[in-house]
Amino acid sequence: MAATGAALYLFVTVHLLGNLQVFLGPDAINHYAAALKSVPEILWGARLGLLACVGLHILTTVQLARINNKARPTAYAKKANSASTAASRTMYLSGPTIAAFIVYHLLHLTVGSAHPQFSETDVYSNMVFGFRVWWVSAAYIIAMALLCTHLRHGVQSMFQSLGFNHPKHSPRIQKFANAVGILYFAGFASMPLAALTGILPPFFERL
Amino acid sequence: MKPASMNLTLHVWRQANAAAPGRMERYDAPNVSEDMSFLEMLDVVNEQLISDGKEPIAFEHDCREGICGSCGFMVNGVAHGPQKGTTICQLHMRHFKDGEELFLEPWRATAFPVLKDLVVDRAAFDRIIAAGGYVSVRTGSAPDGNAISVPKEAADIAMDAAACIGCGACVAACPNAAAALFTGAKISHLGTLPQGQAERSRRALRMVEQLSLEQFGSCTNIGECVAACPKQIPLEMIARMNRDHLKAAWTSRGEHRSGGE
Repeated sequence: MAATGAALYLFVTVHLLGNLQVFLGPDAINHYAAALKSVPEILWGARLGLLACVGLHILTTVQLARINNKARPTAYAKKANSASTAASRTMYLSGPTIAAFIVYHLLHLTVGSAHPQFSETDVYSNMVFGFRVWWVSAAYIIAMALLCTHLRHGVQSMFQSLGFNHPKHSPRIQKFANAVGILYFAGFASMPLAALTGILPPFFERL
Repeated sequence: MKPASMNLTLHVWRQANAAAPGRMERYDAPNVSEDMSFLEMLDVVNEQLISDGKEPIAFEHDCREGICGSCGFMVNGVAHGPQKGTTICQLHMRHFKDGEELFLEPWRATAFPVLKDLVVDRAAFDRIIAAGGYVSVRTGSAPDGNAISVPKEAADIAMDAAACIGCGACVAACPNAAAALFTGAKISHLGTLPQGQAERSRRALRMVEQLSLEQFGSCTNIGECVAACPKQIPLEMIARMNRDHLKAAWTSRGEHRSGGE
């Protein structure tokens, strides 16, 4: 779970940096998208690799949940939470929601079947027109908020599971991970917000 | 000055034996002195139950000094009650208010079956220790003192880990009923000392293996155990266990299992 989580975390980082190129204009992001698709072997290798990571991440979670459900068959009449973060307690909620979002996201901006004006080559317009629908943008922003809470616990948990916890370094890692989580949320949310508010205009309005 | 007293309402898990179904029952605890410990308060309630010809509430206890690890149950969903770093025997009634309602429940875990009322069977912990929580030493004449030098830092970590009294609060507080903090403390205690090096890999493999055999849950690193621990064992001990186990699992040549059986 830690290993696949780390791989997916890296993907999210690259995905964010790649997509932020939308602010550099249609040419930059469309060329970037074309470059990604230029070698099908690499593209499909990466896609299958990611799919395997997601699959294993879910599989290990299901195994973990089964073990843990069996470990306490009788619930407490009263149970208080003392130290755990809300992010850590809602992993079973944020995870499946993000998975459902990924399916929608792929249909929306990769396959295009959930997009009213989808173009194979014009990624810029796909994003701008896609995000102009307010509830689509709202879904993206909510999903990204959940992703960042998922990562908040995930990063700390990954280090702990792999045996790295040190009184000097761990608080710094946690602070860094929290800051990165907020930064990622801001980065991802900036794209639908910019399209909604007109900061990212459609291609023809830029001329 | 006479200590202030209070009237409390208790909701206590009553279960006649391991096989019987249990239920929460309501009791009044009148005129509780703020100077009583929590267990003394239960002693008084039990005196009344006995004089009424009823079965007293069973709870485990021994030293009542917070060092033996015998006592412990949930008070309003918190292991050992609301006072941080304190066993239930060292928790005093001055931390409660007049008229409060308290819910007392046993530790709940598949690995800790309820024996009676608030008493659970923690033999699973003993079997984890037996699996590898020891160092092998030559018996006979006492070894020379300070023959093996122990770095101060290692001694400090080992002492922090050795503070674990094995009460089971970590398992009780964990939403997964995992015993990672207990096992992590035991593995870290011996694994940081020079005397514990010879069996370090085998210890990590065997104790972690026993952990899953006992049907404890899996750690999800959320930290409820640390908040509940009366000895405030840090989460670092679980990472130390994971580190030892990962390293041992990678380098093991498959000789860690005990022969026979």
